[in-house]
Amino acid sequence: MAEELAPPAVLRAIEIRKDFGGLRAVADVSFEVGPGEVLGIAGPNGAGKTTLFDVVTGHTRATAGQVLLAGKAITSEPVHVRTRLGLARTFQQPTVARSLTVAENMLLAATFGRPRASVGGQHPRQVAAEWLEFVGLAGKAAVQSDLLGLFDRKSLMLGTALATSASAILLDEPFGGLSPAEIDRTVEIIGGVRARGLAVVCIEHVMRALTTIADRVIVMHHGAAFFEGTPAQMLADARVVEVYLGASHRAEGS
Amino acid sequence: MTGEPMLQVAALRAGYLDTTVIRDLDLLVHTGEVAVLIGPNGHGKTTLLRAISGIIKPSAGRVLLEGQDVSGWPAERISTLGLVHAPQGDGLFGEMTVEENLLMGAFPSASWRNRRQEIARIYEQFPLVAARAGQRARTLSGGERRLVALGRALMRPSRIMLIDEPSLGLAPVAIDAVYQAIGNLKRSGATLVLVEENFTHVGAVADAVHIVEMGTIIASGPYAALSADPAIVRTYLGSL
Repeated sequence: MAEELAPPAVLRAIEIRKDFGGLRAVADVSFEVGPGEVLGIAGPNGAGKTTLFDVVTGHTRATAGQVLLAGKAITSEPVHVRTRLGLARTFQQPTVARSLTVAENMLLAATFGRPRASVGGQHPRQVAAEWLEFVGLAGKAAVQSDLLGLFDRKSLMLGTALATSASAILLDEPFGGLSPAEIDRTVEIIGGVRARGLAVVCIEHVMRALTTIADRVIVMHHGAAFFEGTPAQMLADARVVEVYLGASHRAEGS
Repeated sequence: MTGEPMLQVAALRAGYLDTTVIRDLDLLVHTGEVAVLIGPNGHGKTTLLRAISGIIKPSAGRVLLEGQDVSGWPAERISTLGLVHAPQGDGLFGEMTVEENLLMGAFPSASWRNRRQEIARIYEQFPLVAARAGQRARTLSGGERRLVALGRALMRPSRIMLIDEPSLGLAPVAIDAVYQAIGNLKRSGATLVLVEENFTHVGAVADAVHIVEMGTIIASGPYAALSADPAIVRTYLGSL
């Protein structure tokens, strides 16, 4: 069976629901993502994309549904436990410890974001240094992070997420606010993350970036996932164009 | 008609504490023009907007609005000349509703008496904002908050508007709505200075492009010329 040959999902979200009072922010959304796979999540502003991430990572409690990491239910685990089990994320606003240097931020993540029982494993300093190099910030290791520009701060946030030795990583608008050249660089970095076998889920509005990195895309609207397919299928889908991509994408596609 | 340009920046220096970000920068924006600032992050685009609107005080050089030297004026005084600045971030009042936040945009000016018709116009242009009118701002998503902040900046008529990344965090369909609003502003005779990386959308309204690098403008030209220059496209517009 083809299904049995497919690699098992690293991260599975099953029928995730999140209500805020009378508002259903996330309406029974399911997805799974395997090793080395990039799943894109798109949809209009306010569709519930970040709230879905918040439920998966434990920043907010699910009203209903299950989150499985490597087959293990983590739905009721707190954020830091999910992190040590291998689930990491980034945020829309670059989130780093601003009073620490770049290297200290990386060390913080590599020390406290990984399971403590990794005796015999890599030393946190080694892990931190490797991922620092990977995101291209080795030359700025000693810089205090509140002096970094947006691109470097976003790269550092991604680096700290990776330094937790994550097996699955959720990226919330990693390309937002970046110049085209910085977007190209971030596409390369995420390509490297994929090549290392991490499962990647990426919310993004910068379509030229999302369609480049994603294997599949889910499009959400009013909390529900109404489309799933390849980036090419998404760009050609009449309903996606109507509620999300809009007239200028119609013009670009023609 | 005085013939004075809407905005003239001469030998400007500005920064934060002992860090100089803007160095000897000159910029000319003619009345009715849409000028776009591009360039790598961290090279001074946002700081330049802040120095023009008076959020930070330049340490040297001059900022002139239609020939009036406003260098060193506080932001609230510069705004009385018809300058509106939609800054980075959204700066919304989280406990106030979306509509109350919009009203704040008309609060400090003569536009207060027209607030109802301005709000109606914004709801028409941004249905997503209209749908959230009665909700507290803190319950909105990041992109929705950006859209409300832009709507608030549009609540009073401006002679010159500075917008820091109008398309940041917005879905393509919302970017269309924002650029329609920018197009309307341009047709109404307003002058605009945009910090924007999204050349797909900016092309329909842009007149001049200025490349900001290391705190100064290293190249300027008409949009059509710069967007057709292979070296500039390769360096600043990316390969995708």
